[in-house]
Amino acid sequence: MVESIIVLLALCWPFIFLFITMVIGRVMEKSHYKDIKAREQMFFGKPSVTFKNISDLGQEVESSVLCVGSVVVSVDHFKRFLFGFRKIFGGECHSYSSIIDRGRREALLRMKEDQPGADMYMNCRLETSTISNGAGKAVGCMEITAYSTAIKFKKEIAV
Amino acid sequence: MFVTNIEEIAGYNIVEHYGLVQGSTIRAKHAGRDIMAGLKNIVGGELKGYTELLMEARRQATERMVEQAKELGANAVLNVRYSTASVAQGAAEVLAYGTAVKVEAPQQAY
Repeated sequence: MVESIIVLLALCWPFIFLFITMVIGRVMEKSHYKDIKAREQMFFGKPSVTFKNISDLGQEVESSVLCVGSVVVSVDHFKRFLFGFRKIFGGECHSYSSIIDRGRREALLRMKEDQPGADMYMNCRLETSTISNGAGKAVGCMEITAYSTAIKFKKEIAV
Repeated sequence: MFVTNIEEIAGYNIVEHYGLVQGSTIRAKHAGRDIMAGLKNIVGGELKGYTELLMEARRQATERMVEQAKELGANAVLNVRYSTASVAQGAAEVLAYGTAVKVEAPQQAY
């Protein structure tokens, strides 16, 4: 009886492993999205824009500082397994786009948290770079960087 | 020292251009971090060790760029760009570059 359980475990181990990573990955993704949404609410009304000229804003600017935020993300074992199937048929890889979306929003939020007192984030740029593609034993991961100029408007003094 | 990624600084005029300045650094992470990242890679999500490493590298690249601008006698770096590239397996280069200029507040006309 005990032996058969051990044999079963040994045979099914890759599948159990897949299942565990799927569950952990899902739970982490859900909690991360919840966290992102809560923090995005905090920065409501402080947009990051791609304008380059201060004159476009139509308001007097008091100070401008560079701010950066970055995050390194990697995809979980289960999603990599799903991607193996996706490669056969082609089409959009939903499992990969969700992780990139999470990373990008997180990077933007970190950029804003770098200079939380600003009113607007000008000339916002997002950059994605692959650090390693995960060939062989290496860890496959990519870095997402967001950077912009934090602008503070001159406050009009009430008379 | 002003560092921005737009092309002007509010309330100041550019009086002199010094051209491109750059700073870069190549970093590799140590084996301990690599093992931890390998474990984290199984469940996915953020790899905090690598994020910290790259942020530190970026700070150093920016410092080197600013240092170079100071040597030229500039007091501002405009239009700063960052780029990251993987040089070898497990090592990343962070590059920061911008235009060094001298800015001055305009003289008030009476």
